[in-house]
Amino acid sequence: MKTENNRTVLTGTHFMNGDIACAEGALAAGCKFFAGYPITPATEIAEHLSKRMPEVGGIYIQMEDEIGSIAAVIGASYTGLKAMTATSGPGFSLMQENIGLAVMTEAPCVIVDIMRGGPSTGQPTLPGQQDIMQAKWGSHGDYEIIALAPSSVQEMFDLTIEAFNLSETYRVPTMVLADEVVGHMWEKVVIPPAEKIRIVNRKKPNTSPEKYLPYMPDDDLVPPMACFGEGFSFHATGLTHDEHGYPKTSSSGVQQKLVKRLCEKIRKNADKIVKVREFMVDDAEVIVVAYGIVARAALSAVKEARKTGIKAGLLRPITIWPFPEKLIAKIAEQAKKIVVPEMNCGQLVREVERNVQGTSVVFLSKLGEDPHTPMEILEAIRRNC
Amino acid sequence: MVAEISHPLSKYLREAMMPHIWCSGCGNGIILNCFVQAVDELQIDLKKLVVVSGIGCIGRAAGYINTDSFHTTHGRPIAFATGVKLANPDLEVVVISGDGDLFAIGGNHFIHAARRNIGIKVICANNFNYGMTGGQQGPTTLLEAFTTTTPYGNIEHPFNLVHLAAASGATYVARWTTLHVRRLTQSIKKMLQKEGFNFIEVVSPCPEIFGRRNRMRTGLQMMEWFKKASIIEHFSDPAKADITPERIVVGEFVDIEKPCYEKLLYDKMAQILT
Ligand SMILES: Cc1ncc(C[n+]2csc(CCOP(=O)(O)OP(=O)(O)O)c2C)c(N)n1
Ligand code: SF4
Ligand SMILES: [Mg+2]
Repeated sequence: MKTENNRTVLTGTHFMNGDIACAEGALAAGCKFFAGYPITPATEIAEHLSKRMPEVGGIYIQMEDEIGSIAAVIGASYTGLKAMTATSGPGFSLMQENIGLAVMTEAPCVIVDIMRGGPSTGQPTLPGQQDIMQAKWGSHGDYEIIALAPSSVQEMFDLTIEAFNLSETYRVPTMVLADEVVGHMWEKVVIPPAEKIRIVNRKKPNTSPEKYLPYMPDDDLVPPMACFGEGFSFHATGLTHDEHGYPKTSSSGVQQKLVKRLCEKIRKNADKIVKVREFMVDDAEVIVVAYGIVARAALSAVKEARKTGIKAGLLRPITIWPFPEKLIAKIAEQAKKIVVPEMNCGQLVREVERNVQGTSVVFLSKLGEDPHTPMEILEAIRRNC
Repeated sequence: MVAEISHPLSKYLREAMMPHIWCSGCGNGIILNCFVQAVDELQIDLKKLVVVSGIGCIGRAAGYINTDSFHTTHGRPIAFATGVKLANPDLEVVVISGDGDLFAIGGNHFIHAARRNIGIKVICANNFNYGMTGGQQGPTTLLEAFTTTTPYGNIEHPFNLVHLAAASGATYVARWTTLHVRRLTQSIKKMLQKEGFNFIEVVSPCPEIFGRRNRMRTGLQMMEWFKKASIIEHFSDPAKADITPERIVVGEFVDIEKPCYEKLLYDKMAQILT
């Protein structure tokens, strides 16, 4: 049953929803393994990949829960495949311990969280941005991850590819943090020809198996990665380990060296990782910082405000983690007020506050219903100009 | 000059990881030894072997074996191994872990991997307690046994692991004790040559933590219990093989053929692509 659709990259112009665009982005990035467990509003990613993975020679498996899903993803990643799972809040919570395992063993993998309202089972079908801090801090211990926040269906496609590229570059779990609206809305998506898509694959060792030290980093602080079955016979563990991958659990030196490197490989490369979009910020006095679907409403609000002579601007973090600290600090120097609308009780706004000195930050919470309207954000701009 | 003598099986072990962490009299070394013996006798290509463990005393086994190996989080070795096996079905994927790891925190992964009949070989060191954390009650602790969390005697009914494995769909199920070294080795060899989800329970002494609270202070005393209580009954009803202080039924319980998950999956993929 070889059809037109048996292609890995569906080059062309499509009308699809965000979840499906995310799934197609994964395939275009070279993802060959998906393990997941059904959950609203992320289920369509799994459903779509259950059909598409076999068409492109990839593996789809529905696991018994999300703990198993992320564990299988790490296993597949260590066996050389680009691997992904997708979930929403409750499943994301279950994955946290093994996200730490992926951090500690430097397993490239992508975790998609289509955020709904929480805590607990919360509001399965409504959008939220309540997992922002969990994405950064959900697992125990000190670590850094990368998280991207798409705000359109096109970005669900593009940023899923980017998430794979970043996770392969830095050997770090990379998250796509989308809200339910972005996951479920239908929009035009343009998928470029395969050869126009930038694909990054993990560095492989160029030493012999005898000389290979699985956790010895290069100058970029990232170690080249051998995979199971390639003849390197190496060990990996979630315990604190030395360059050989051998447990060294009572050495402060080894712990410091390892954990600091795991953090620094992201922190020191933050300038290369961080991406934001700016709209009319150059002379702006009131700057809205918004991400995900909320940024779309914020853009309309900023345009409306400009029509009435208010010097408003928008800064949209595409990279949520690492947080665009320097860029926020820079806009804070010029802005009189920063407005942060979020679908939560105040999460990314804390990062904004932490990075601005003196500039006052206004938080605009929306919870349990549709995202902020442009009007609501416009009013906040007016009140604060 | 003294010639350097090395153990004939030392190439299977990561000597840099020695000394191991296990107590004297512990059964884990016997299990490890039987495993590498089986690998040696079958001349398994070490480059194609992946050993996965969870967390626990026995969980250190993965690190000691000189193959690709992964020490996962507590309870998750089977789920991790599922990803490995599907990503590269040519690899021989073995999980060596504990009763707590595989049947308490990881019980869900065990029954579902068995149900799928995915080609993962599981060896469980059943020492009737949580050795690593200092001897708490676990899912296989016998009724009335003393542990650090059952100071008045255990009132929880234990799992009968071979029954659980058989009922969940495993195509090979056996139980041995660390006393049955040759039979255990043969069993591991058999399991490594079979497709599908296969399971061996090894009843193993933990004298240091479990034994001494239950009037078996030494490894030897625990082995004496195994000797006295075990009866070999091949292909007996696993439902009737509950372990009690008086009776440990050992032997093979299940040895059947059933299409394995990875084969069904890859066949299906081939159909779709033609
Ligand atoms: C999520 C989590 N909970 C608890 C622990 C603590 N812990 C470590 S090993 C272990 C039990 C191990 O028992 P078992 O699997 O029977 O192995 P044994 O030590 O007896 O060989 C526990 C509870 C942990 N590491 N992770
Ligand atoms: S505590 Fe028990 S299981 Fe752990 S190493 Fe010691 S004897 Fe073995
Ligand atoms: Mg145990």
